[in-house]
Amino acid sequence: MARTKTVAEMVPGETAVISGFTDDEISVKLLEMGFLPGTAVRFNFTAPFGDPVCVSVSGLDLSLRISEASTITILN
Amino acid sequence: MAEQRLLRVALAGKPNSGKSSLFNHLTGLNQKIGNFPGVTVDKRIGICNLDDRIQAEIIDLPGIYSLYPRTLDEKVVAEILADKKNRHYPDAVVLVADATNLKNCLLLCTQLMDLKLPTILALNMMDLAAQSGQSIDIQALTSSLDVPVVMINARSGQGVYELKQELKTKLIPSSKTIFQLDNEIKKVVTKIKDRFHLTNNYEAYQFLQQTENLVFLSEEERNYIRKEAKENQFFPHKYQGAETVMRYGFIQDLLNKVILKTSDPEWKKFSYRIDKVLTHKVWGYLIFFSVLFLIFQSIFAWAQIPMDFIDQSFTTLSNIADNNLPDGPLFDLISQGIVPGIGGIIIFIPQIVILFACISILEESGYMARVVFLMDKIMRKFGLSGKSVVPLISGLACAIPAIMATRTIDNWKDRLITIFVTPFMSCSARLPVFTILVALIIPDDKILGFFNYQGLVLMALYILGFLAAILSAMALKFLIKTKERSYLIMELPTYRKPRWANVGYTILEKTKAFVFEAGKIILAISIVLWVLASYGPKQSMQEAEQKVLAQTSNQGLNDQQIRDHVAAYKLEHSYAGIIGKTIEPLIKPLGYDWKIGIALITSFAAREVFVGTVATIYSLGSSEDQLTIKKRLKSEINPETGGPRYTPAVGLSLLVFYTLAMQCMSTLAVVKRETKGWKWPAIQLAYMTALAYLSAFLVYQSLS
Repeated sequence: MARTKTVAEMVPGETAVISGFTDDEISVKLLEMGFLPGTAVRFNFTAPFGDPVCVSVSGLDLSLRISEASTITILN
Repeated sequence: MAEQRLLRVALAGKPNSGKSSLFNHLTGLNQKIGNFPGVTVDKRIGICNLDDRIQAEIIDLPGIYSLYPRTLDEKVVAEILADKKNRHYPDAVVLVADATNLKNCLLLCTQLMDLKLPTILALNMMDLAAQSGQSIDIQALTSSLDVPVVMINARSGQGVYELKQELKTKLIPSSKTIFQLDNEIKKVVTKIKDRFHLTNNYEAYQFLQQTENLVFLSEEERNYIRKEAKENQFFPHKYQGAETVMRYGFIQDLLNKVILKTSDPEWKKFSYRIDKVLTHKVWGYLIFFSVLFLIFQSIFAWAQIPMDFIDQSFTTLSNIADNNLPDGPLFDLISQGIVPGIGGIIIFIPQIVILFACISILEESGYMARVVFLMDKIMRKFGLSGKSVVPLISGLACAIPAIMATRTIDNWKDRLITIFVTPFMSCSARLPVFTILVALIIPDDKILGFFNYQGLVLMALYILGFLAAILSAMALKFLIKTKERSYLIMELPTYRKPRWANVGYTILEKTKAFVFEAGKIILAISIVLWVLASYGPKQSMQEAEQKVLAQTSNQGLNDQQIRDHVAAYKLEHSYAGIIGKTIEPLIKPLGYDWKIGIALITSFAAREVFVGTVATIYSLGSSEDQLTIKKRLKSEINPETGGPRYTPAVGLSLLVFYTLAMQCMSTLAVVKRETKGWKWPAIQLAYMTALAYLSAFLVYQSLS
């Protein structure tokens, strides 16, 4: 089985569906902001040094550090 | 007469939902900022007259996404809403929701409903929602939540009247319970509920979830809850995640029912286009630094006019008081201690007003979030976070509001480091000292016919302060250990035009904070210093006039000059003078004599006092005219060398000292309050003084 992909590996413009989280502590906060398993997440753009990144989820535009984005697993 | 009633109303909602605009509309200027007891979180409270009988006390809660806090600010929300005995426990909560993003806003709404708090849902930004093509069935929303819904426009004030009408009616909690407890935890929740005599399950559940955050619980009560949680295998994170998923499940079903037409993401296109430029790797930074430059320019050039005016007014006022009040220590205290002391506080107001006008405009427009986004990676290399940028910039005006602005940093370590290094940023109090010393030792020439030497040195001093901040932060990054993790899960709001009234309220708030926080300490210290500088061992003070007359009898001085010499003699023999002479051996390696020593001591209240002290000690009376002081300083002779006292080496050593030293009691007091103890301010004072001493020593020794 292929390794699961995370939001951190997406490219600008890409859309994917959230499948789960790899970190319990951060997941609580991510859930509150609308990162729900099964919803679509769109990767908008990155900051100049590639970190943080801007993604859209549940109608919000959010900034995430790569370290946070890499705890969100996706299906695509 | 009709019976008077006071209603307590809390405003809740996520950041950028228009909560502050609504608060300003409801309360106007009837608002005050205080502190929540025991915690260092600003509390904004205002009064709103609903009609002649009913008054509402409106409290603006910090912006939150859910009851579970992430920052220090946010902790206070659960504290108030889960504690019926709290002085601010509301009779009703107005949840301000961004209609363009209902899903997120309803999360908190369902939590408030479960706490059985009478809630009104205020749908803000309906105009934007309509523009985006979204259409909501308000009737269905009202009945599904069993919560009154009011449509408002917090920017224009539309709907505020309807909201007030709604607040006047008898408000009851929603009959719906959204979050159903799992069977596994029902037992422990019921137990907590009975033990604390609570009325609903969700309240008890919050006791379990937020045991550590709820400060009203006693240690014994906490131990009880911890024990119960452990015995019943209650894991806060696990249940919190499950709760959020469940709530969003409910919200999604609800939205499927009430949203008749979904919005078209097209409306955000414009915002995205701006982002393309503002977060661009070249343009983004270029624009950011231009903005910074503009802020700089406005602080230093535009604020100068009102500052000069204030300076002159207070000098005049002090002279008038001096000439018209009868002689005597009390009146001297008024004319020479209190009046100049107050002047020394007011003079900073123009810079603070301009700086916070700029910051508030940037925040209102949504740009500040992009600055955080742009700078986060760079700042993190130095142990700071993107959110440290605003405090550091604010530090250019005054460290006090800057340190208070660190409360938005959620991670304790990031916040502590930011607090620690902010005073290195050259604040406006250093500028008068810089100006006079730079003018004294640096020739007013141009390099390449374009750059002014003096301007370059001044800029170098600002860069030195900034480097000291950044490098100290980097060192602290390795020294402070923490298990707490740092986050940057932050909304990037859609760009919009700033609302000017909000900018005005922010300026008012910050200026008040400065005047009252810093002002009282500056005033108190200036009085103490005045006493130290005016009194000394009785004998030498009484002899002052005689001695000076004897010394100067053949110099043909006029009355004013004699008086100035007497003042200088008195200062030399005052307690401040004695201290100055005592520390002379200590500061000699830096190139200073006891006269500069006195100025260093009096600078402790506020750095700019340096100028006034120097004027007095060199017998210039109360003249603070730059040219006069400059001329006098130039002619001061160092008796040991026979050359001038203020050589470039001494001047530069002083400049470096003033750039790096912690000479501000008010900042220390604010740091003490924000870090809840004397530990950090003490370390900060020791570190900054040592660094200043060492650097000044190196500068002097290598140049002389």
